[in-house]
Amino acid sequence: MAKSKILMTGNEAIALGAIDAGCRFYAGYPITPQNELTAFMAKNMPKAGGVFIQAESELAAVNMVLGASAAGARAMTSSSSPGISLKQEGISYIAGCRLPAVIVNVMRGGPGLGNIMPAQSDYFQATRSGGHGDYHCLVLAPYSVQEAYDFMFKAFALADKYRNPVMILGDGMLGQMMEPLQLSDNRKTGNQKPKTKIWMLTGCRGRKPNVVKSFYLQEGDLEKFNLTLQKEYRLIRQNEQLYEGIFLKDAKIIIVAYGTMARIAKGAVKKLRKAGKKIGLIRPISLWPFPGNIFRRLAASPKRLSFLVVEMSYGQMIEDVLLSLNGKSPVEFLGRSGGGIPSEEEIINKIKILMK
Amino acid sequence: MKKIFSYPKSLKNVPTHYCPGCGHGIAHRLVAEIVDELGIREKVIAVAPVGCAVVAYDYWDFDCCEAAHGRAAAVATGIKRARPGNIVFTYQGDGDLAAIGTNETIHAANRGENISIVFINNAVYGMTGGQLAPTTLLGQKTATTPEGRKAGSEGFPLKISEMLARLPAVKYIERVSLHSPQEVIKAKKAIKQAFLNQVNNLGFSLVEVLSACPTYWDMPAKNALDWIRDVMSKEFPLGRIK
Ligand SMILES: Cc1ncc(C[n+]2csc(CCOP(=O)(O)OP(=O)(O)O)c2C)c(N)n1
Ligand code: SF4
Repeated sequence: MAKSKILMTGNEAIALGAIDAGCRFYAGYPITPQNELTAFMAKNMPKAGGVFIQAESELAAVNMVLGASAAGARAMTSSSSPGISLKQEGISYIAGCRLPAVIVNVMRGGPGLGNIMPAQSDYFQATRSGGHGDYHCLVLAPYSVQEAYDFMFKAFALADKYRNPVMILGDGMLGQMMEPLQLSDNRKTGNQKPKTKIWMLTGCRGRKPNVVKSFYLQEGDLEKFNLTLQKEYRLIRQNEQLYEGIFLKDAKIIIVAYGTMARIAKGAVKKLRKAGKKIGLIRPISLWPFPGNIFRRLAASPKRLSFLVVEMSYGQMIEDVLLSLNGKSPVEFLGRSGGGIPSEEEIINKIKILMK
Repeated sequence: MKKIFSYPKSLKNVPTHYCPGCGHGIAHRLVAEIVDELGIREKVIAVAPVGCAVVAYDYWDFDCCEAAHGRAAAVATGIKRARPGNIVFTYQGDGDLAAIGTNETIHAANRGENISIVFINNAVYGMTGGQLAPTTLLGQKTATTPEGRKAGSEGFPLKISEMLARLPAVKYIERVSLHSPQEVIKAKKAIKQAFLNQVNNLGFSLVEVLSACPTYWDMPAKNALDWIRDVMSKEFPLGRIK
């Protein structure tokens, strides 16, 4: 018998996914368009035996997560663009302290207070160490309610594996839309005891005291630490590149889009294929590490290929596409942000112009 | 023969980086003695500030967590809520707790977090070179108030302890000083009470400690202690506030 599905918004799916993945500590501060996430946590986290705190600010929320994570809890926070800017201090410290944590950004329009329409204009902030210092978050971009749920399992697993912050980068559209959702077979229900790994702060019973810190005062120590991080990042780049590719075999033009934008692009690709046009799609799923390998592989093939990057921004991910292709293939761009979203039709028209 | 005094187990036997006459070293030792006396060394998790005491974890011999400048009360909230069975305290300067971290401090107190706070008031920013702190006295010269603090432009010394005392969820607040042996004994008693309150699940406790910074008060250590007694404690009266 097919398992039954439930209908949920992306925001709720992220919250439920987190709880099912064993997250038992959430701190957040209200901001549209992610309020359903916080509200779902307020209602359901205590039922799962976890902690919910509405913090006094995003700064406080992310630092509560830092403390909870240092103490061994699976911990997360969520916000939208202006709030994520405030969290950058804490994210930098979480990376510097080598703590696992998950941060969700349901992006809205900027700069400044911007508006509450969906956007993808925080790509740079998410993938380029949005706070100070030489660090990275792993960044995953779901494009459906199902992925919003599923990726929370992946996010916490990656955070633990690399002791590094993981960001889920969605947008207001994904957060607000409703879709049927299939729950995992591995749901963690009920109380989850905090873990006890050797580095955690549990009280120093039977061992030497632990210190969780990012401060390296002695000459050479910080450089050594940064090199350790870089080693870890190389591993992540090798092992964690994720993307979805469709019609790549015979494509002449490949559209590159992630998250909500990829849904729209997928629709355009299907229509163009029906009309006999050889169009493909690469949907980066991990934004950091950027799935550069597939671009390098395609660019190395003898046939002439070009790329069209489509974003709900004025061109951010395109920089990673350009870096990956390293001048070997032409790259075009289509993007809007601040309320406008490139439509299927705009994509199709752009492709038609490019095919002339 | 009975041993009546020894080096605290919770204090590493290493020299500190503090200036001669600085109060931080005394306050660290008091905390260490209290942790030993209450037998909670294996349960304690400290949150260190950003300020001169940033490397307090190099001196205390129990689990410690760093916090960004001002965020200690939020970090402590996260630790305590995740591990309610542990004893969690923050140790913060006046810039850390009462300027950049005011929000985190007030809201942790207002939620009645079951944590203890040791608040070192030395009326300046030590670590960054003796600038104006929220607690700097009127007329006091600092690196950023070269003519002395003026109420008209810098406002008045901020009495965060008195402000916090008005919050219903706050259990205990006391202001103590380290300017004489008698006062140090009282300070220890107060800090011990703040820890005991947490052990007994009574809620938010804070002890404000008037502490000398001879370096940026530009005084010999002895004069700095006298200045606390004669001047600073007039602005910041000692005793139980709540
Ligand atoms: C976000 C941020 N802003 C500024 C600083 C610089 N800074 C370090 S310590 C400090 C003030 C410390 O003063 P206080 O909290 O009174 O502690 P003290 O050094 O006097 O013990 C400042 C401003 C910082 N580290 N981080
Ligand atoms: S600068 Fe002041 S607070 Fe800092 S160590 Fe020296 S005396 Fe102590």
